[in-house]
Amino acid sequence: MNIFVLMKRTFDTEEKISISAGKINEDGAEFIINPYDEYAVEEAIQVRDAHGGEVTVVSVGTEEAEKQLRTALAMGADKAVLINTEDDVENGDQFTTAKILAQFLKDKEADLILGGNVAIDGGSGQVGPRVAEMLNIPYVTTITKLEIDGNKATVTRDVEGDSEVIETTLPLLVTAQQGLNEPRYPSLPGIMKAKKKPLEELELDDLDLEEDDVEAKTKTIEIYLPPKKEAGRVLQGDLNDRVKELVHLLHSEAKVI
Amino acid sequence: MARKVLTLGEVRDGSLRNVSFETIAAAKTISEGGEVVAVLIGNGVSALGEELVKYGADRVLVVENEKLSQYTSDGYSQALLAAIEQEKPEGLILGHTALGKDLSPRIAGKLSSGLISDATDVEVAGGNLVFTRPIFSGKAFEKKIVTDGLVFATIRPNNIAPLERDESRSREVGSLAVEISDLRTIIKEVVRKASEGVDLSEAKVVIAGGRGVKSSDGFEPLKELANVLGGAVGASRGACDADYCDYSLQIGQTGKVVTPDLYIACGISGAIQHLAGMSNSKVIVAINKDPEANIFKVADYGIVGDLFEVVPLLTEEFKKLKVHS
Repeated sequence: MNIFVLMKRTFDTEEKISISAGKINEDGAEFIINPYDEYAVEEAIQVRDAHGGEVTVVSVGTEEAEKQLRTALAMGADKAVLINTEDDVENGDQFTTAKILAQFLKDKEADLILGGNVAIDGGSGQVGPRVAEMLNIPYVTTITKLEIDGNKATVTRDVEGDSEVIETTLPLLVTAQQGLNEPRYPSLPGIMKAKKKPLEELELDDLDLEEDDVEAKTKTIEIYLPPKKEAGRVLQGDLNDRVKELVHLLHSEAKVI
Repeated sequence: MARKVLTLGEVRDGSLRNVSFETIAAAKTISEGGEVVAVLIGNGVSALGEELVKYGADRVLVVENEKLSQYTSDGYSQALLAAIEQEKPEGLILGHTALGKDLSPRIAGKLSSGLISDATDVEVAGGNLVFTRPIFSGKAFEKKIVTDGLVFATIRPNNIAPLERDESRSREVGSLAVEISDLRTIIKEVVRKASEGVDLSEAKVVIAGGRGVKSSDGFEPLKELANVLGGAVGASRGACDADYCDYSLQIGQTGKVVTPDLYIACGISGAIQHLAGMSNSKVIVAINKDPEANIFKVADYGIVGDLFEVVPLLTEEFKKLKVHS
């Protein structure tokens, strides 16, 4: 089976966010594989181990994403592709990324494409379904279970806490939700092997794309931090009085009840 | 510039979700005096059209087909694209719900348009339509504009206030016949886990439990409080990981993002992942034994104490308040 994973390098979830010169300050920040994409990498490896084939992890970004691609290879992916847009794309959006990925994937005859359901930085959750639409293949988002039998797939999908069991066919694109699996940590032999696995680097030219073809449709005009919340009031006194006071405050001061 | 803007009415269990009215309010802003057309997709849903009018839609377009009785991306995208084809709108607003998140990128992919996802506000500023949206799980915000083509956005439930309901308002509720070709994804089964009680993502009051709840039975007092307040019960990842409750209740960076009027955190320490899912709530109350717990830093009001003592007392007090008012 020919399996592709769409992967994004993101800030570590624990990072504090600060802004300098109107941009998110990346100095000294830790970067990771977007946690939802990590589920996708794990699932891809499990599907390959059960059904045979090859897992290729693809990322659109800068050279710095090589580190996360190597991590995916160390987990067990077979090949990695970095589509380096550093010289060509200044302010891309989800249209940009999806267009590049779809262009890369269109002649790859992928049976299965996996990605995270959302990236924890931008948080749009657009790229997966956009790519599926551009490739004209079905997709299922926020999946928690994937079973493949021949060219049939049975997928369980999380829908705001409810689940749907969906039958569909390959080729298919799915996006991973928490609960799909427990991503493995790269093993030491895995890390050693990953160093020798192929990591191909492409640019827009290699995909026959011009900068104009991928020009963003949206633009960020400002980034800011939410106003710092003042420390709240910790109520004092006898417990019964505190509870009474709280109810009174919520009713009369905050007016939410 | 007056624009024609389409919205999507979202139906769940035979009634319209609140976000349907919120999209109309957002569309009004975006239309700048143009027409707001609410699209209603489903099977046997046309009777709900008038309600969309009462909340401000200038016209309703109903697309009904038996293949649309359940949401599928194939079915709904064909229906919505047909409505777009007929109406040729300059704007399109959906809710940032499970349905909207699944459908909107596909529509944007098909139309090669931009899409601003998960907006919490929209305003007209300096001749631009400026959308505000959280990034980095609410640790920062960005303001975004559409630079080319359709003004397309999804809005986060509970953030943009619906227009006041106008009982006397009456407008055309039309229909559009659409052929739905074969669906490539077939829903075999729906397992309901979250439908018990109030919808967590739309709830005005959320009572959430963390590790301090200690067991699945420990959620009972929280449920009672939620019942009295007409709210929903949620949980931290810690409580879900410890198997005290289903993951469908999880609030946080992984899990749901909620912005209720009142969020009561019970026995939740306030890990950064949890804060990402609730810190934009309007009023936050923290109940925790540990006075150093991080949750107190984001709380408007705090009570240091055992949730098993505090929550039942709160329930009683709120009951009294309900009787008096």
